[in-house]
Amino acid sequence: MSLHKLTLCELQKQFQAGEVTATEIVRAYFLRIGHVEPKVKAFVTQAKESAFMEAEVLDRKLKGWRKTQPLTGMPLAIKDNICTDGVSTTCSSRMLQNFVPPYDATVIAKVRAQEYILLGKTNLDEFAMGSSTENSAFGPSRNPWNLHCVPGGSSGGSAAAVAAEECVAALGSDTGGSIRQPAAFCGVVGLKPTYGRVSRYGLVAFASSLDQIGPITRDVSDSAFLLQAIAGHDPMDSTSVDRPVPDYMKALQKRDLKTVKVGVPVEFFAEGLDPDVEQSVRAAIGELKQLGAEIKEIRLPRTDAAVAVYYVIATAEASSNLARFDGVKFGFRAKETKDLLDLYMKSRQEGFGPEVKRRIMLGTYVLSAGYYDAYYGKAQAVRTLVCQDFDAAFKEVDLIVTPATPTPAFKLGEKSEDPLQMYLSDIFTISVNLAGLPAIALPCGFGKEGLPIGLQLIGRAFEEETILRAAHAYEQSTQWHLKKPTIR
Amino acid sequence: MEITQTDVEKVAQLARLAVSAAEKETFAKQLTQILGHVDTLSRYDTTGIEPTATVMGHVNVFREDLVRPSLSSEQALANAPEREVDGFVVPKILEER
Repeated sequence: MSLHKLTLCELQKQFQAGEVTATEIVRAYFLRIGHVEPKVKAFVTQAKESAFMEAEVLDRKLKGWRKTQPLTGMPLAIKDNICTDGVSTTCSSRMLQNFVPPYDATVIAKVRAQEYILLGKTNLDEFAMGSSTENSAFGPSRNPWNLHCVPGGSSGGSAAAVAAEECVAALGSDTGGSIRQPAAFCGVVGLKPTYGRVSRYGLVAFASSLDQIGPITRDVSDSAFLLQAIAGHDPMDSTSVDRPVPDYMKALQKRDLKTVKVGVPVEFFAEGLDPDVEQSVRAAIGELKQLGAEIKEIRLPRTDAAVAVYYVIATAEASSNLARFDGVKFGFRAKETKDLLDLYMKSRQEGFGPEVKRRIMLGTYVLSAGYYDAYYGKAQAVRTLVCQDFDAAFKEVDLIVTPATPTPAFKLGEKSEDPLQMYLSDIFTISVNLAGLPAIALPCGFGKEGLPIGLQLIGRAFEEETILRAAHAYEQSTQWHLKKPTIR
Repeated sequence: MEITQTDVEKVAQLARLAVSAAEKETFAKQLTQILGHVDTLSRYDTTGIEPTATVMGHVNVFREDLVRPSLSSEQALANAPEREVDGFVVPKILEER
């Protein structure tokens, strides 16, 4: 079997047993990338040379003394808003086109300490703002299941790379669904950890109270395995939480869902839900019941407020975070400016794309004098209500099951002219970020046009084990994850 | 609420973002539409509800004030759009009298 067909856990086992070398792995992956990347366009930067060099060093070292780490020799792709020392990190923006970080994000330092191999940096909507990768300054990525469709976003490059078997697994970031929505659209597994579970240090900040880094993988075991490598407290991120990291692989050992109470929120099955999605998700809920779960109807009455709350809070935080891009210390600088103010204003005008500007404008507006209370204050208060809905629900149930997205992947260009419609497509994922909860998206079927459909499982804060266990039990009994796209 | 092109101009100035005439028109239209959706939040009574700024309830996080390794000036300047020896170059700020 070709190496690129193996899951992370399978490849890891073969590598640890000495059955395959790091160089063979890297060669197999760049062969695969050579075949499919011209169609999928998942990468912004390929790290071919350094990957072969790192592999060679590893192989030579392991000849002497075979001491390995969990990720030794494992080829990953990293979303291009996560800083990699010495490898350009563009955020798919003209603003950072030539930016080479002088340090590693904490998640990168962690996987590097485990001797992973970086295959490349993946495409995203500029500064992670978008749901399709169409906002990338370097052009959109494609959905491996149908090249006319978007892979989702903003971690669309990471999800497409995993689905197209261009890497064994990837890291993404999720502010309002940016891991789970592309995972659902591409038929792979995407996990957004609890806010504070994984360090954000070195993740180029979009909305600091919502951003979280997480794994995008081929199956649930790989998700648990990669989460293990990146989770934990980090003094460099004051919002990371100092709690012990459990053994996530152990959580997968229980194969049934007896004693697990699963809530189905009625608000997520309202109008606008694609009939194929509804059917697949209802069938999945039936499967969870077969596995022993107790299914209960619940209410999350403030669900329809989530998008509005999100687009106030996220843009407000973004307008502040993106103030650092001023053309002085790093990033794009406009030519021929008459004074310092002109340099700021023109550098930002020419360096940012339309969606980023729109969000900076919106965020600046809702924070400006006279509107702060009416918009920002109001949104923060309604955020509290959204959190209270989840608190109440989790008194009755252990996890919540929903569709990951209202529809399967849409066509390129279908929503790019209408920002509000694009925003509303994130309706099922956004409230999870507002409440800081962990959630996983995994494949649960296919629509009539052959596009994947995603199931979302939401857990209590820091209960990644529960959603991983349920996701794994479901995956093992249904096997949707074994279907692979034919890329053409 | 209707966002006018004058509003857009004012906000763009606050955001240090130059905008073209075409952008002014587009942003006015789009911001009006998006804020129209945001206005639906007024349906929710939030009297006496504490705002949520962050979910984990962090207050202040302190660390020891220790000397640690940091970037060299060469590393810090490596991404500068324009530099001179050990500094970033910007247009002249003070006028000569």
